[in-house]
Amino acid sequence: MQTFLEFEKPIAELEGKIEELRHLTGDANINIADEVGKLQAKVDRLLRLTYAKLTPAQKVQVARHPGRPHATDYIDALIEEFTPLAGDRLFGEDRAIIGGIGRLQGRAVVVIGQEKGNDTESRVLHNFGMAKPEGYRKAQRLMALADRFHLPVISLVDTTGAYPGIGAEERGQAEAIARSIEVCLKIKVPVVATVIGEGGSGGAIAIAAADRVMMLEHAIYSVISPEGCASILWRNAANAPDAAAALRLTAQDLKDLQIIDRIVTEPIGGAHRNPAETIAALGVAIEAALREFDGVEPGTLRSRRREKFLEMGHKGLS
Amino acid sequence: MNWLTNFVRPKIRALVSRREVPDNLWMKCPSCEAMIFHRDLEESLHVCPHCGFHMRLDPMRRMKMLFDDGEFQTIELPKPAPDPLRFRDQKRYSDRLREAQAKTQAFDAIRVAHGRMNGMPVVVAAFDFAFMGGSMGVAVGEGILAAARLAVLQEAPLVVIPASGGARMQEGILALMQMPRTVIAVDLVKEAGLPYIVVLTDPTTGGVTASFAMLGDIHIAEQGAQIGFAGARVIEDTIRETLPEGFQRSEYLLEHGMVDMVVHRHELRLILIRVLGLLCRPAPAAAVVPLTPVTIGPPADPTEPQAAVEIPETSDHDTQQPAESANAPQPPGHQPAVESPAGQPPVA
Ligand SMILES: [Zn+2]
Repeated sequence: MQTFLEFEKPIAELEGKIEELRHLTGDANINIADEVGKLQAKVDRLLRLTYAKLTPAQKVQVARHPGRPHATDYIDALIEEFTPLAGDRLFGEDRAIIGGIGRLQGRAVVVIGQEKGNDTESRVLHNFGMAKPEGYRKAQRLMALADRFHLPVISLVDTTGAYPGIGAEERGQAEAIARSIEVCLKIKVPVVATVIGEGGSGGAIAIAAADRVMMLEHAIYSVISPEGCASILWRNAANAPDAAAALRLTAQDLKDLQIIDRIVTEPIGGAHRNPAETIAALGVAIEAALREFDGVEPGTLRSRRREKFLEMGHKGLS
Repeated sequence: MNWLTNFVRPKIRALVSRREVPDNLWMKCPSCEAMIFHRDLEESLHVCPHCGFHMRLDPMRRMKMLFDDGEFQTIELPKPAPDPLRFRDQKRYSDRLREAQAKTQAFDAIRVAHGRMNGMPVVVAAFDFAFMGGSMGVAVGEGILAAARLAVLQEAPLVVIPASGGARMQEGILALMQMPRTVIAVDLVKEAGLPYIVVLTDPTTGGVTASFAMLGDIHIAEQGAQIGFAGARVIEDTIRETLPEGFQRSEYLLEHGMVDMVVHRHELRLILIRVLGLLCRPAPAAAVVPLTPVTIGPPADPTEPQAAVEIPETSDHDTQQPAESANAPQPPGHQPAVESPAGQPPVA
């Protein structure tokens, strides 16, 4: 069952017509194939037009689309010999952040990814991708492991934000995020981070202080959710679309501000229309990013990473 | 429209406003509602003399209370281009900025100064909550970086005193990037082998807590401060439960292992002096003075280290003085929050 976003309604209607026509085969109408072809061309054109100029608020919807590929999908398709690793060795195992070792095109890597889940059961299991301190401490552990064995780190960011709860606060959510940022910046192996869906504030930067930061074309990355921002600054969550625009949270704005290094193009109609193609494109992009660091001296790598972040903020919107 | 309203009234108003408004002479304690005379409030460093409630303190008063003889040098901070995103909600961010600047007479929500504490050179970065809730944008990040670089240059410890609601929304992703940037800043200090101390004050939340503020060598919290990651309301909305008593307060964080100690503001300078002395001057001491401020009475028994702070000799500086005469104010009849100077945290 495909989920259509509100602004996709005209597209959904056309596709519904195509479906209906296909079911009319019994009538042996020769013109059906012709008609279907025409409608399909119309759908393609409409998709292209719609997705070429999504508003920031629409991008927020696309970034959160339930049919969008999640971290697990990328790992399943791209990482061979994937060996999940669990636990922070301090308190527990947090499935909001999955991680492990495996190979990307033959190269051994450490993978860390935020997983939202894709049905009720898996969403609960992964706590909707909202990590607790355990998740960030597991990430730290895996990054330290990568450092020790000279394995590059691939990080997949997709979270609304770190989990706000009593236990999370008691166990030091802030410290866990701060330390995770510190470890990202300290290790001497390449770190390539990609925002595949939602890059939600501190919960995202905790695993994204990377040598290369990429975003999928319709992903978002922000200091606060548009809803949260609207309820504070507009005193009304209904102003979320205004906040989405004001926050400059699209991949295109972030590239312009030199916060991210690269935008990875999504298939026409968004990643949820063609997950396999999206996953393959990101695989190629990550591999290319890793290749750039081959032969770079570890100390140089780390100091360049620092320099890159220290440079940020000197450039406003053009 | 007559002579009276156009000329006399403004003149009378001018006469009245030139005199101090009685509102400023007395202040009501937000906790016990007692009225406090402004001079008493200054003297007690904005701690309620009646109930011990710690009110928020602006950065200049903070600096004055911490440095020897209240003397320090503020440094000029980088001034990044304001309003990089041309952000506008119901109001323009550029207007909010101008208002905050007019209100606080500062460029942004942070001040950085260097001076001496018990003769030791120290760099202090203090937040101003009155400036847009002490929120962290590019200018604040630059301030932390400048403080860290100055500390490294002067081979001085860095003390950061946040009072902040977190990242500044109006600077969007650029505000979020101040988290890694300030983490790099404090790591520069640590890598230079210098102490990095965080004094957590009310409130310290959000992206500020989740970056440099939780990475100190030592965490000192002022009593009763709200310290946490997520806002209490956000947590309540998420879990649909009421929060436990004292949730996210300094004492609660102490119990959960997130801070080393909870101190009364009147103890802060002496605690910092002792901690920095122990970390920076491991050589044996020449003099021993009591930790708790004492004005009269016999000198502390040097054989009893539990009640004393050691002040080592400094040949390179001539302003050294015993802690009694340093400008730490006397706590007006309160019990020190830090009761075990041997380094054990007080029992909550
Ligand atoms: Zn009071």
